[in-house]
Amino acid sequence: MGPQHPSTHGVFRMIVTLDGERIVKLKPVFGYLHRNHEKIAESTSYLASMPYTDRLDYLCSMTNNWAYALAVEKLGGLTVPDRAQYLRVIMAELTRLVNHSCLVGFLFNDLGTSFTPLLYAFREREKILDLFEALSGSRMMCNYQRFGGCRVDPSPEWLAAAKALVDNFPRFLDEYETMLTGNEIMLARTQGVGRLSAADAINAGITGPILRASGVDYDLRKVDGTGFYPRFDFRVPLGAHGDTYDRYMMRILEMRESVKILQQAFRDLPAGPIMDPKAKLRGFRPKAGEAYGRLEGPKGELGFYLVSDGSPNPYRYRVRPPSLINLTLLEDMCLGHTIADSVVILGSIDIVLGEVDR
Amino acid sequence: MESLEQLRDRLLTRFPAAKVELVLNPGASPEHSLLLEAASAREIALFLRDDPFVKLDYCSNVTGLDWPDKEIIETKKVSVPDPAGGPAKVVEEKTKRLQPGYLEAVYHLYSMALKSTAPVILRLRTVNRSDQVTLPSLTPVWRSADFQEREIYDLYGIIFEGHPDLRRLLMWDGFKDHPMRKDYVAPDDFEWEPTPHGVVHERAKAHYPLPGDRLGQTPAGQQPGTVSPANPTTQPEAKP
Repeated sequence: MGPQHPSTHGVFRMIVTLDGERIVKLKPVFGYLHRNHEKIAESTSYLASMPYTDRLDYLCSMTNNWAYALAVEKLGGLTVPDRAQYLRVIMAELTRLVNHSCLVGFLFNDLGTSFTPLLYAFREREKILDLFEALSGSRMMCNYQRFGGCRVDPSPEWLAAAKALVDNFPRFLDEYETMLTGNEIMLARTQGVGRLSAADAINAGITGPILRASGVDYDLRKVDGTGFYPRFDFRVPLGAHGDTYDRYMMRILEMRESVKILQQAFRDLPAGPIMDPKAKLRGFRPKAGEAYGRLEGPKGELGFYLVSDGSPNPYRYRVRPPSLINLTLLEDMCLGHTIADSVVILGSIDIVLGEVDR
Repeated sequence: MESLEQLRDRLLTRFPAAKVELVLNPGASPEHSLLLEAASAREIALFLRDDPFVKLDYCSNVTGLDWPDKEIIETKKVSVPDPAGGPAKVVEEKTKRLQPGYLEAVYHLYSMALKSTAPVILRLRTVNRSDQVTLPSLTPVWRSADFQEREIYDLYGIIFEGHPDLRRLLMWDGFKDHPMRKDYVAPDDFEWEPTPHGVVHERAKAHYPLPGDRLGQTPAGQQPGTVSPANPTTQPEAKP
């Protein structure tokens, strides 16, 4: 199947061996979108890679920026002011809303509902992208974070508009769930399909909503306490069966938690600077050394591993792509199911090929 | 959580024959690492995964690194006696030493069971960069290393022994080199890299019966740019 199969979320190919309708072997093939992102980053300065991280996962540019900034801050020993930490949380959670609502839409595309749920999601996404555009100048490739802070400070009007959007978001979620959660076809096609046990998921390094759908309580927002997440009151939803249906529910529940986080962030947002005064963006030369920064992105653990040799360019720049590593168990999940199910299972994993192939 | 020194000492008492070295990180972040030797790496990895005190059940990130040969110039001051009988002169003598390069695989380990926040980093080094580039694969210990080790094999050329399915991950199968190595030279014209699509062009060439220039070729005995009467597709359109 692939690389141009419409349900494969991009140029992704699966070599599937079948026994009748049942899958007996499945080998994913990667690399159709490979442009050696890491090599390009090694030949430019630290700052110049920032807009390029947007292109990894083009739905979640804000979290990509943040994860990269986190690694550079660790490498250079920079601190981040309070207001910037709050802004980062706000942007990351808005990104999570965008990603999860679109993913659910794409999942239903794979189930054959031909676009209606996706367009409902796109309607909401459009509003959030408008906010991103008003703030950063770009809808999808935001390039908003910097090492040591954020690029622009939102105006009070922007914050009011964002707050209004977030307050209205649960209404969209209710509408979405009324349409989808109890849907007969959805239940028949996803419950018990693509089961993943907790032990396998941990061993294979699966992260994000897929891991939590298998019942493993591991969310880096809680574990690492990245940014100011420990200040917020939210819950980590867990699944019980590890099947496609649980992975769908995980996304819906996480969006509700994100709304809670956002409401607290808008309430508590402090005034103050948004950049570390010590941070030097142009000509940034960290001391020799290495650092690994990781963040709970919407798709899982997004990590950046940087090695510096004291020059203005990173000696080694590595992206730990959650989309790629979450595909490790695709074969195990699909074995014994039909081709049509494999498309749904792939849809529930949530991959973006820009990040898988880099 | 025990410190990395304590962990190293514990490993050394548990595996007396193994060599475990602490590699300090000179940078701002306190992420130091343990350098293992290839012979005992998998045993130690298994121990770390199952040991109840560290329980490193989650291998997050696996990375390759390339350290090319480095020429180190050492200066030494040597006093040379004056043959005329005067005071001895101090002369600087420079010696060149070639520090051999190596490839490195770096594993970032965390514990999901104990919810550790700081990674335990393992490093494995090859003997050199050309013919002895084999390292033991840790995929049998952590399956998350599966695609990542394939990627390192693809981009750096480290051969992982014991990997269940060691193939190129991102580059195509016919590709020869390892593009992430520091001495890799990109070809001038990427268009002329041999790709699997070359076969398609060959077939297309055989398909066209007329010697046309639709594939960028001119028929034999004809100047490029001239119109061939045999090939109507290249004739200029008549204006109405």
